[in-house]
Amino acid sequence: MAIHQIDPGLVPFQILDPEGNLVGEMPALSPERLLYFYRMMRLARAFSDRIIALQRQGRATTFGSLTGQEAATVGLAAPLQPQDWLATSYREIASLIVKGVPLSTLVYSFRGYTPPNWPAETRCLPYQIVIGTQIPHAVGLAMAAKIVGDPVVAVGVCGDGATSEGDFNEALNFAGVFRAPVVIIVQNNGWAISVPRHRQSAAPTLAARGIGFGVPSALVDGNDILAVYETVRQAVERARAGDGPTLIELLTYRLGSHTTADDANRYRDPAEVEAWRARDPIARLQKFLRRRDLLSEEQDEEIGASVLAEIDAAVREAEAMPPMAPDSFFDYVSASLPPRLQEQRAELLRFVTPSQQPGERH
Amino acid sequence: MALRPMTMIEALNQALALELERDERVVLLGQDIGLNGGVFRVTDQLQRRFGERRVFDTPLAESAIIGTSVGMAVYGLRPIAEIQFAGFLFLCMSQLVTQAARMRFRSGGAFSCPLVVRSPYGGGVRTPELHSDSLEGVFLQTPGLKVVIPSNPYDAKGLLAAAVADPDPVLFLENIKLYRSFRQETPEEYYTVPLGKAKTVQAGEDVSLFAYGAMVPVALEAAQQAQRELGISVEVIDLRTVWPLDEEAIVSSVEKTGRAVVVHEAPRAGGIGAEVTAIINEHCLYSLLKPVARVTGYDTPYPVPGVEDYYLPTPAKVLAALRQVMEP
Repeated sequence: MAIHQIDPGLVPFQILDPEGNLVGEMPALSPERLLYFYRMMRLARAFSDRIIALQRQGRATTFGSLTGQEAATVGLAAPLQPQDWLATSYREIASLIVKGVPLSTLVYSFRGYTPPNWPAETRCLPYQIVIGTQIPHAVGLAMAAKIVGDPVVAVGVCGDGATSEGDFNEALNFAGVFRAPVVIIVQNNGWAISVPRHRQSAAPTLAARGIGFGVPSALVDGNDILAVYETVRQAVERARAGDGPTLIELLTYRLGSHTTADDANRYRDPAEVEAWRARDPIARLQKFLRRRDLLSEEQDEEIGASVLAEIDAAVREAEAMPPMAPDSFFDYVSASLPPRLQEQRAELLRFVTPSQQPGERH
Repeated sequence: MALRPMTMIEALNQALALELERDERVVLLGQDIGLNGGVFRVTDQLQRRFGERRVFDTPLAESAIIGTSVGMAVYGLRPIAEIQFAGFLFLCMSQLVTQAARMRFRSGGAFSCPLVVRSPYGGGVRTPELHSDSLEGVFLQTPGLKVVIPSNPYDAKGLLAAAVADPDPVLFLENIKLYRSFRQETPEEYYTVPLGKAKTVQAGEDVSLFAYGAMVPVALEAAQQAQRELGISVEVIDLRTVWPLDEEAIVSSVEKTGRAVVVHEAPRAGGIGAEVTAIINEHCLYSLLKPVARVTGYDTPYPVPGVEDYYLPTPAKVLAALRQVMEP
């Protein structure tokens, strides 16, 4: 059992060691499911690489690398059911993909547009940019499910930096007080832009924050997808059974820079990055699957090719979508547009030339 | 004075270095301001030069950055806090508005809060959500807090020095687009540019055009077009301190011209333009030949990068407003 009622301790829960050896109890997962995890992790990495490449070509806006955190982000979303809610930051794009947000919708958003077709039915809130603000939302979604009596769980995910924010701590307190069916997950990737984890909190673990709020917690090797999956599965089950919230710290590492606007070489020791590269979460699962004869070299190559094809198709689809209309930012200010804003919209349109209208601009 | 061409980033960096050199009480705190030198490099090398005791990164907590700065200021230090983007000021509104700005008031003058909060703001640079917002209008109803917005390297350096010297809290907003957009001959030495004083950037006779921050170059371009296309002489005034406003400068210009346009990228309703218009109504109604026009961001959230250019005031929009107020 990874979840502790009081002290999560200092030893992260692990099922696969960095060499892909089974060191804990194997969760009940079919070979197909394991291959699905592996494929989604490959997809996440390739997607991140592609958006960064598009950004370098001026075809995408600022993007935060997902690389190194694939086990955490795929593993945390995998145990969720369709009726469960997910509130994430920009670092959990892979979790959104697993929960059903189409790649093309995400590519369109990274082009710098508001997707016209955000899939509300996936019960994913749009990824949050402001740090930590989604955690109270996750707790509120869970409180609502409990008030209504639905067997619905909410998951809120943030980074290590966010645990310093008031919102995070206030939300954790609410989760405990209201015994909300929520799982609060911290992806501790070691860095909040240039500020290392040990400068965020003097506590040895972030999971231990649960003690002070009366929330059971777990400390997990976040580069071990089996450990992540199993811990979140147990926490979701606890929540659905009415046993209240869980705080989970996933120990992982941001192998890339904070975003395309950041250069981690300014503040980070390359030796540290190399040490974490040796703990690559994708390689870990790959070794495990190979050793168990669940993944042939041929299959592995096929998976690599198929994720690239899927991403190519999504980019093509997103780039074929028309740009937002110049006055489109008036559309969703409120359910109906007050007269004063209607005037402002008309005022703007007097300065828009026909060539700037969608369909004709590229 | 020894002059050197500087970007606004360099001028601000030098202003901060001079403060750290001049006054042992000055400390810098914020997110990523140490080794990383700030996400825009405004604090580049300052931790190396002045040490971690005086230039330090904090945990990721805007409210605690401002709240602890209030404590440090009351103790007698001169904290200069950085909030990484102005959109994140919302996360420390309580400490800034209800605490920093009211320390003198609630203690009956027993304590003061000489604190400078620096924050980058402004659009047109394709940032993610809440990284481009202009919040100055929000602080018009924050008694006790001054709001300063420079439009060029020279003013940036001198105004920052004046902000640090001010006995009360100052919110110092730095336009992201202007950070590296041009260099200007700027003195290497310490100097101040007074708070609360606007500056006439271009004298004119027919219409007063008020702007600040990144809208000053936009206003100047529109003024030049108006000269060429409409044959009118536009007086361009850089407000520089947007709260409290330089009423004297506003009133004397409009009494001369009888016409006025205000430009800002922040939303229109209840903003700096509304306040400038009210001042004009209160003091210059009988000089006014036409209603005051405002060219501003719209009353919507700041849009996503793909359409943000449509939101921002442009020389064409300002020119149209100049044309409108010049109609007989």
